[in-house]
Amino acid sequence: MTRVEFPPHLPPDDNESKNLVVGHTLHLPAWKWRDYFTFNVDHKVIGIQYLVTAFVFYLIGGLMAIALRTELATPDADFIDPNLYNAFMTNHGTIMIFLWIVPSAIGGFGNYLIPLMIGARDMAFPKLNAIAFWLNPPAGLLLLLSFIFGGSQSGWTAYPPLSLVTAPMAQTLWILAIVLVGTSSILGSVNFVVTILMMKVPSMKWDQLPLFCWAILATSVLALLSTPVLAAGLVLLLFDLNFGTSFFKPDAGGNVIIYQHLFWFYSHPAVYLMILPIFGIMSEVIPVHARKPIFGYKAIAYSSVAICVVGLFVWVHHMFTSGTPGWMRMFFTISTLIVAVPTGVKIFGWVATLWGGKIRFTSAMLFAVGLLSMFVMGGLSGVTMGTAPFDVHVHDTYYVVAHFHYVLFGGSVFGIYAGIYHWFPKMTGRKLNEVWGRIHFALTLVGTNLTFLPMHKLGLQGMPRRVAMYDPQFVDLNVLCTIGAFILGLSVIPFAINVIWSWSKGELAGDNPWEALSLEWTTSSPPLVENWEVLPVVNHGPYDYGHSAEVGVLET
Amino acid sequence: MTVVTAHEDHGGHEAHPDLRVWGLLTFLISESLMFGGFFATYLFFRGSTEVWPPEGTEVELFVPTINTIILVSSSFVIHFGDMAIKKGNVWGMRFWYLVTAIMGAVFLAGQVYEYQNLGYGLTTNVFANCFYIMTGFHGLHVFIGLLLILGVLWRSRRPGHYSATKHIGIEMAEIYWHFVDIIWIILFTLVYILNIL
Repeated sequence: MTRVEFPPHLPPDDNESKNLVVGHTLHLPAWKWRDYFTFNVDHKVIGIQYLVTAFVFYLIGGLMAIALRTELATPDADFIDPNLYNAFMTNHGTIMIFLWIVPSAIGGFGNYLIPLMIGARDMAFPKLNAIAFWLNPPAGLLLLLSFIFGGSQSGWTAYPPLSLVTAPMAQTLWILAIVLVGTSSILGSVNFVVTILMMKVPSMKWDQLPLFCWAILATSVLALLSTPVLAAGLVLLLFDLNFGTSFFKPDAGGNVIIYQHLFWFYSHPAVYLMILPIFGIMSEVIPVHARKPIFGYKAIAYSSVAICVVGLFVWVHHMFTSGTPGWMRMFFTISTLIVAVPTGVKIFGWVATLWGGKIRFTSAMLFAVGLLSMFVMGGLSGVTMGTAPFDVHVHDTYYVVAHFHYVLFGGSVFGIYAGIYHWFPKMTGRKLNEVWGRIHFALTLVGTNLTFLPMHKLGLQGMPRRVAMYDPQFVDLNVLCTIGAFILGLSVIPFAINVIWSWSKGELAGDNPWEALSLEWTTSSPPLVENWEVLPVVNHGPYDYGHSAEVGVLET
Repeated sequence: MTVVTAHEDHGGHEAHPDLRVWGLLTFLISESLMFGGFFATYLFFRGSTEVWPPEGTEVELFVPTINTIILVSSSFVIHFGDMAIKKGNVWGMRFWYLVTAIMGAVFLAGQVYEYQNLGYGLTTNVFANCFYIMTGFHGLHVFIGLLLILGVLWRSRRPGHYSATKHIGIEMAEIYWHFVDIIWIILFTLVYILNIL
């Protein structure tokens, strides 16, 4: 089909273009490269825009991490100035959470896949979708701009009073950046909720909805309920910083603990915002590459909803050492431990799916299995810290850093990679190279464990987090961590080469290279501008592998 | 996957259902939690401070009560506008929406008057901080609602833009206005009534 030049949602006026209407439906075959740099309203373009932008921020945040680890290779502050160390540490965390994992997992995969998976032509509000994406680049620029003013130095939590006394201008820019990404997140979530609830093809029953959609639905509800509370906290902080109010100034009647409540009411659910979409990706990748129906579809779907609900009642476990009263510690210990149950349900579901499957060890599957092991590790250390007595012991040590990097790097980042290897053929029409993929996986797996495993021991021995200088007794393990960090840095290179090379010259994938059954694989790769010539009709579930001979046959 | 083809007779692509009302409702649920954050902060300080509001920063009730009556009534007025358009009566809608806009403007003017006569400012103490942030943010929302209503009035100049069957923009302005109203009722109870009691 030849390319046609007209806006996709407006029918052309001239007769020549009308000849290109196929089956009563008007389609552009695909987007050109320059469309990805414009205010494009197509969900697929926006998905890729999110993914690529987030990856650029991942590299920036990663370079900051390398600088931090280089500094920590020796006990003294001999590589970067301690103030710069603080600024890098703050922005490393902020960028990785707000501009890498959340935008890529929810914005990237969510936007690209949701309409395709539910049989819709686009999201419910395409323009709003584009606006939500375009709030992200300026947010990143504000964060980077903050370095001109010394960089925000109070950590990604921006706890007052520290955030009120160090680098006020940089802190203000930091707040504005987070408010921008928060707004983006809310607008995106409105779109996801309405799209999933109202726009799936009528023939798709609720128990035929792919698990990724359940995950994104739960994620969006969580984002809608928690993000505005963070915005409220940040607005108060902004007023304290710039307009002379004293919400968080104890000497003027304010209270710093209320900030912690407002912050963690969002930021604990934020860890589920980061991991729930990844759980969704896992639930898609594992059955496809193990050639088995997913074990416990309903349990996995409902566990996403359960994580969303319980996740809203656990935030105080971040404040066990903030003078929290005993009854509160008890309540939040119990609720925190309860979150582990639906998470465990998912893990068991995936393991049971793998059990006895005809497993294809593609790069996507390798990353998915890698994620399983890492996440179990991170999850277990999370359970230990969810109990108040142990948490008091390891509070603000490297044990915490080890834990959340196992779940966020071993969990989220592995999941994002698994998703990219899995859906790259759909997005570009070409497969990623498997050999490079394996090198990438091996380096990432070794790097992750070498960087973060020793941190558990460092933490148990009492090494504090967030500081540039430390007691020389910790030097050996720190050197190991730093070597690991460099390996992780290197691991990005084969991935980047693979993506760039495969995008233009990789093996052609065909419409459904993995022989998957969910709806996104029924259209061409890359999909047409409005996804389908005619909308598909669903007559079986997304994971019905091996149930009938007809399944897997595509008729049009 | 077995895919059955179905012919769609929509010329371009399938008619996209208009889901803007659902989008707005979802957004407003989210928005209300931002106020929830402010209310929680306020209640935290109220519960942990001995004298609340501190001496010298008490609220006055007269103007805010009149304001409350105006705002709550305006929710009924705007609904008359919605009922009018559903009967195809564009002039009726315009009338009621204009009255609502005037009531909204009077509310904002009342709020400015109140600010000028309270005798304390944003930075006086934590109560004043909370008071101005909460009422200020609510005022901002009233202002946005006012703009929406004026937008509806402006668009209604185009012949046929709104009709008995085509009035989503009108409905959305109304829903937003009700939202602003509900938030005010909670705010008024917390900041004014509870402190007088």
